[in-house]
Amino acid sequence: MQGNIAILGYGLSAIGPGVGIGLIFAAYINGVARNPETRSMLQSIAILGFALAEALAIFGLVLAFVFR
Amino acid sequence: MSFTVQAMAASGSAEGGGFEAPSPADFYQPLIGSGQWAFTRPMLLMIISIIFIAGFLIATTRKAAVVPGKGQWLTEQVYNFVRNSVAQDTIGSKEFIKYVPLLFSLFMLILVNNLFGIIPPFQYPTFSRVGFPIGLALLVYVIYHAIGIKRKGVAGYFKGLIPSGLPKGIYVLIIPLELITYFITRPVTLALRLFGNMFAGHMLLLLFILGGQYMVLEGGPGLKVAGIGSWLLAFVMTVFEALIEFLQAYIFTLLAATYIADSLSNEH
Repeated sequence: MQGNIAILGYGLSAIGPGVGIGLIFAAYINGVARNPETRSMLQSIAILGFALAEALAIFGLVLAFVFR
Repeated sequence: MSFTVQAMAASGSAEGGGFEAPSPADFYQPLIGSGQWAFTRPMLLMIISIIFIAGFLIATTRKAAVVPGKGQWLTEQVYNFVRNSVAQDTIGSKEFIKYVPLLFSLFMLILVNNLFGIIPPFQYPTFSRVGFPIGLALLVYVIYHAIGIKRKGVAGYFKGLIPSGLPKGIYVLIIPLELITYFITRPVTLALRLFGNMFAGHMLLLLFILGGQYMVLEGGPGLKVAGIGSWLLAFVMTVFEALIEFLQAYIFTLLAATYIADSLSNEH
């Protein structure tokens, strides 16, 4: 079997952000369910947190192509 | 990606060999010249997008009416979105209006260029070439540092990077961390997030469509069905891409606004 082990690195680096993004949106849904009026306020915070957590997975993706 | 599809089809039928997965090299598409000084497809798309945005904005706002038409309504919606839910909510209602032109231009430029990724005659997200997002990130990087230094002075700005009320001993840890955050992590993640999302999303579409094509053209009856399934999934992913493209334009603008707000605020 042939391939590039750097791709495995991307898989590993996607675990953490995956869990993190799940937690962020779980908290967002929880917050909106408890108090629907805060929706617009929570939305930008949730998306900001999502963007920051996602950065790690993007690093993994880019490095998987750099170290090929 | 019509260039690549033709190239892949030609090479696939000529060799009759195995399937070749799309690679980052497929994103390099020079139109005029070659090597470092080539005029490439994303450059052309960037020029087209700027002409389109300028033309659209001028056409829809030149005869602004109290009761807006369709075009004016669309422009107003986008402008209101950036002005209220990005700039005003993040920077605060006192000083946000100064930064709305910057944020609106960033949002329009990124949105139109991202949507080029799924609009048929273009079908290439400009920001999937890393040079373009680096250019925008550098612009934001210079602006938010300049705003902070102009507001607080050089010494005050660097002092403002450190959270107040910490014990002196922890400064050894916190100062390098904050410097890395402000001067390295922020611009790098800003550029790489946009690049990575556009690149990975387009690569995914390319893989589904080219893989489906290979399976339909070269495979047996079972693989032909799988190839059609792959195309259907490519359609679903295209719709998903539209969402991601909008979201990335929003996130880039939101983060730029957050960084500017951070430079303006008095405490950390």
